[in-house]
Amino acid sequence: MFNMIMKDILGTPAILVGLFALIGLLLQKKGVADIIAGTLKTIMGFVIIGAGANVIISSLDIFGKMFNKAFHLSGVIPNNEAIVAVAQNAFGMETALIMVLGMVVNILLARFTRFKYIFLTGHHTMFMACLIGVILSTGGLKGADLVIIGSVLLGLCMVLFPALLQSYVKQITNSDDFAVGHFGSLGYFAAGTIGKYFGNKENSTENIKVPKQLSFLRDTSVAVSLTMTILFVIVALFAGQSFVESELSGGTNFIVYSLIQAITFAAGVYIVLAGVRILIAEIVPAFKGIADQIVPNAKPALDCPTVFPFAPNAVIIGFIMSFLAGLISMFVLPALGLAVIVPGLVPHFFTGATAGVFGNATGGRRGAILGAFANGLLISFLPALLLPLLGTLGFEKTTFGDSDFGVVGLILGFIMRLF
Amino acid sequence: MRILVVCGNGLGSSFIMELNVKKALVELGKEAVVEHTDLATARTEKADLFIGAKDIIHSLNDGTRKIIALENVMNVGEIKEKLTPYL
Repeated sequence: MFNMIMKDILGTPAILVGLFALIGLLLQKKGVADIIAGTLKTIMGFVIIGAGANVIISSLDIFGKMFNKAFHLSGVIPNNEAIVAVAQNAFGMETALIMVLGMVVNILLARFTRFKYIFLTGHHTMFMACLIGVILSTGGLKGADLVIIGSVLLGLCMVLFPALLQSYVKQITNSDDFAVGHFGSLGYFAAGTIGKYFGNKENSTENIKVPKQLSFLRDTSVAVSLTMTILFVIVALFAGQSFVESELSGGTNFIVYSLIQAITFAAGVYIVLAGVRILIAEIVPAFKGIADQIVPNAKPALDCPTVFPFAPNAVIIGFIMSFLAGLISMFVLPALGLAVIVPGLVPHFFTGATAGVFGNATGGRRGAILGAFANGLLISFLPALLLPLLGTLGFEKTTFGDSDFGVVGLILGFIMRLF
Repeated sequence: MRILVVCGNGLGSSFIMELNVKKALVELGKEAVVEHTDLATARTEKADLFIGAKDIIHSLNDGTRKIIALENVMNVGEIKEKLTPYL
């Protein structure tokens, strides 16, 4: 009986997160129907993530083979959804426990320290929980030590990163109502700081006319499909028609095959996003409800697009500059002996755009351009440096995208080596 | 009445907006089903009202949907004011 509880209930991540959702729903005093529906949906969300991971891996595997044949190098596409989905097989339990206890630590820190932030970007909480779990496990920690240390670290991340950005967020929003809770903070902080010293905030990006046509890339599914199609076709052309058709596609035309594989990757990301959405739908309101009761004067730390409406032009400029830095880095990285980080539209869009908004608030046009460019360099070099620390996960051709994952991973990896 | 809240990823911003829309409805004493999703999915869904940040929500505006564009997604006052004519 005890064995069943420990191994089958707590050891099955899907059941574990379902249990957390159940507790959250009970604490909110929901009705029976809501409790049953919420618990079942949370478990289903977790299962969907696993299904999406399989779709992503099949496509990434083919991309890796083509890339290797074409350039005799290993190419890596940073994508949080992909790496976290893949990691759930081996680290699902650690991720779930660190995530929920990290939220508890976040509430305690907000209650008892001057860092009054409640981190409400649930999917990023999950991704950071996963990264911390992976790095600490790879470094040799296990069991209760791993979960306790991991939760404290996650809770610290959930208040310290928003605190780092708050002075700039005040300048962007002209208010102190909310904070930015998104683990690309280091790139945004760099952008805000560069803007402060090298720019002039009087020359705002919002005084220029920017074509609106690029806003369709805000749609993640479109952005992923488009990038992957371009990448797959280029790599397939370099790998050569004969190789692709004889080794991989079983005779299907190599361009058609590449297109389908690219869209397959995008479909995998779409599935994972749907799973994550269902999974956090029950957990975040419970977290927020409990936090509101315990820390009534706290500031919510929110996902990065909440600052986009404050400077829509900086969003477009920031994305373009960040992506440009990513393209340049792609050629610089192998020269330094690091893995090739293929720039993805999604990380560059969301973090580049946010960096653009931060840079513009402190340094106008020049701040947006230079700040977003710095962000693009960060999210190219940090994932490359992080790769060796992910153990066997590092062979999956994907890695964490945003800057804070890289920094936290590198610092923790360094500390783990000391022991 | 079904209200769909939309953002690019369908994860963070739209979720927070959904919580704020629900709060606004409670304060107005009205009831509605409120859900959140991403842009791609929103195009295929039926809802009486679509709400999102002003910089992206207009891409759903094809003349068939009722749309509310928000300046500040955290401002419950703004949400209440723009929601009232539709309830």
